[in-house]
Amino acid sequence: MEDKPGVLTRVASLFRRRGFNIQSLAVGHSEQPGLSRMTIVVSGDSAVVEQIRKQLDKLINVIRVSDITGEHIVARELSLIKVKATTSTRNEIMQIVDVFRANVVDVGSDSLTVEVTGDENKVNSLFELLRSFGIKELARTGTVALTRGGIS
Amino acid sequence: MKKTGAQILCESLVTEGVEVIFGILGGAILPIYDAFSQYPQIRRILVRHEQAAAHAADAYARVTHRVGVCVATSGPGATNLVTGIANAYMDSSAMVAITGQVARPFIGKDAFQETDITGITLPITKHNYSVSDAAELAKIVKEAFHIASTRRPGPVLIDIPRDVQQEEVEFVYPEKIDLPGYKLVSRGHSVQIRKAARLINEAERPVIIAGRGVIISQAYAELQELAEKAQIPVVNTLLGIGSFPGQHKLYFGMMGMHGMACANMAVQHADLILAIGMRFDDRATGNTKGFAPHAQIVHIDIDPAEIGKNIPVDVPIVGDVKSVVKAINREVKHGQHLDWLLQLGEWKQEHPSLEARKDGALLPQYVIRHIFEATQGDATVVTGIGQNQMWAAQHFVYTRPNSLVSSGGLGTMGFELPAAIGAKVGRSEDVVWCIAGDGGLQMTIHELATITQENLAIKIAVINNGFLGMVRQWQELFYGRRYVDTKLWNPDFTKIAEAYSIPGIRVNRTEDIAPAIEKAMDYPGAFLIDFVVEPEENVYPMVPPGKSLSQTLQMPKREVASSCSRRRH
Repeated sequence: MEDKPGVLTRVASLFRRRGFNIQSLAVGHSEQPGLSRMTIVVSGDSAVVEQIRKQLDKLINVIRVSDITGEHIVARELSLIKVKATTSTRNEIMQIVDVFRANVVDVGSDSLTVEVTGDENKVNSLFELLRSFGIKELARTGTVALTRGGIS
Repeated sequence: MKKTGAQILCESLVTEGVEVIFGILGGAILPIYDAFSQYPQIRRILVRHEQAAAHAADAYARVTHRVGVCVATSGPGATNLVTGIANAYMDSSAMVAITGQVARPFIGKDAFQETDITGITLPITKHNYSVSDAAELAKIVKEAFHIASTRRPGPVLIDIPRDVQQEEVEFVYPEKIDLPGYKLVSRGHSVQIRKAARLINEAERPVIIAGRGVIISQAYAELQELAEKAQIPVVNTLLGIGSFPGQHKLYFGMMGMHGMACANMAVQHADLILAIGMRFDDRATGNTKGFAPHAQIVHIDIDPAEIGKNIPVDVPIVGDVKSVVKAINREVKHGQHLDWLLQLGEWKQEHPSLEARKDGALLPQYVIRHIFEATQGDATVVTGIGQNQMWAAQHFVYTRPNSLVSSGGLGTMGFELPAAIGAKVGRSEDVVWCIAGDGGLQMTIHELATITQENLAIKIAVINNGFLGMVRQWQELFYGRRYVDTKLWNPDFTKIAEAYSIPGIRVNRTEDIAPAIEKAMDYPGAFLIDFVVEPEENVYPMVPPGKSLSQTLQMPKREVASSCSRRRH
């Protein structure tokens, strides 16, 4: 979609007005100057998803809409998890973080902040494991995705 | 050459071929109105309320197939347009709305008469623009007219801050449009077209449902050729009326909630539905679960999002109706369907949906019929909403293409008078009859002033039953006859008209209908007739809300004369 003021509002307004459910939404620059790529995760049967696709396509600032549900894709999201950590639990947490190939990006006196990137399942799994230590704060992006291979 | 934003707007409007704008001014649009003084080729119609400007522009667009333009100031001026914009959006009317905005440094400061009109109109415009630089204005105007009038038409709003109107920049009108996210589609897919033609050739009980898309695309000849060549009966949605000759032997009337029983039965018994330029609105389909249970459905529409939205479709064809139907006609064989047409004829005989009782009461149905008799269909009929609209749709025979202007999707009371203004401005040579409800008329009655100021010879027939009639009908049928707030005290409409220098007469008796209409037609200017009709007359046939078209109710055989005494002033 065109990188113009108000485009995000147009998309959000469309979802709200027609009662479509957004699970997650992520937007940022694309490979082309002046164009943004928005990845939206929605729930609904194929008729609903088809309607969403067609309605989005009607927005003048939207250049192209692809439904990549059934395609081979790479999908990632990023989470920052601030988890309670004491001297006795810190090592255990760091081991879990290692297993998930996540990173500790900040260390406080009573907490660790973990950065994890991956698909939704991976992020969910790590979150569930860390939950028992006590989660102080969680910040989570929406999913971004691209189709695999050379063609888009 | 350097020009101000206001001049650039005017130059752009002239280049786009705009001949008339409907509007009312205020502080934030003053520079533009000031510039209008240098552009006398743009006729200005000064309305009394912005809603009327939008309805008039909408109706003007419908009758002329051009873009209707309305203009308003910021804040309340802009918000007053909203109902009219929503109306144009629902009925796919090509409109450009221009609003003034507070100067750029004041935006976001809650300045006097500031409102976020682009935010407000986001869901009811095809697109909208907030102009932040006078240098972009010409490009935006060109895009706006292109977007409003192509593909599925719709309203586009341009919000112009006051200082942008005054800013001087170099003026060049762009030659090309660069809208990568807006591609034109015209021809339908050839495989789908062949598939549709094959289904038509094989069908035993085909029905064409023609909607407003046929009118927008001006595909009258193509539709008639298809119907005649393959001998397919045609029914209309409300806004499709005027897409096919009303007197044609293949025409079976309007379908839907107040459609003809035979039209609804045709749809319900069909084995093939050709839905052309229509969107399966719930007022047309009734309960979608029971809709056309035996039919395969071919849906032709220019808007891909309409296909499969409300009704699952067997053969979707995205494209301009005119080119698609033309292509189908090439593939379709001459057909007969004698038994099917005979059957429809029988249903029409058995269910005379347009029967009205003859006990001397002044019935609204007769008013509409007399207007038809007097004009022989050679008129543009503009209606309000509700009972008056349904009677006008049912009892007038629309022999001319695109001769009904009505608010279909939004159902906007108060549409009738301003829309009649737009229709008369667009078709100055035409007889324009405004069929008004007594409720709706009072929502925009101030536009009588515009009619007089602009000397528009509009004939106004008030269907005055002293009720918000359609709502009263629902209260009678579905809410135990509890008439909560539907009874209206009305002023003497003839005196109101007189105060606006419009002659008017009141009609209380059936025998006075025809002479009154004759008098109105003979009078050179605007004329109002206040038809004091039977207060509790109902619109039939009727499909009760939530029911399928198979459950169409006919007028009760002996509808008891109303127990309420007729109102006398």
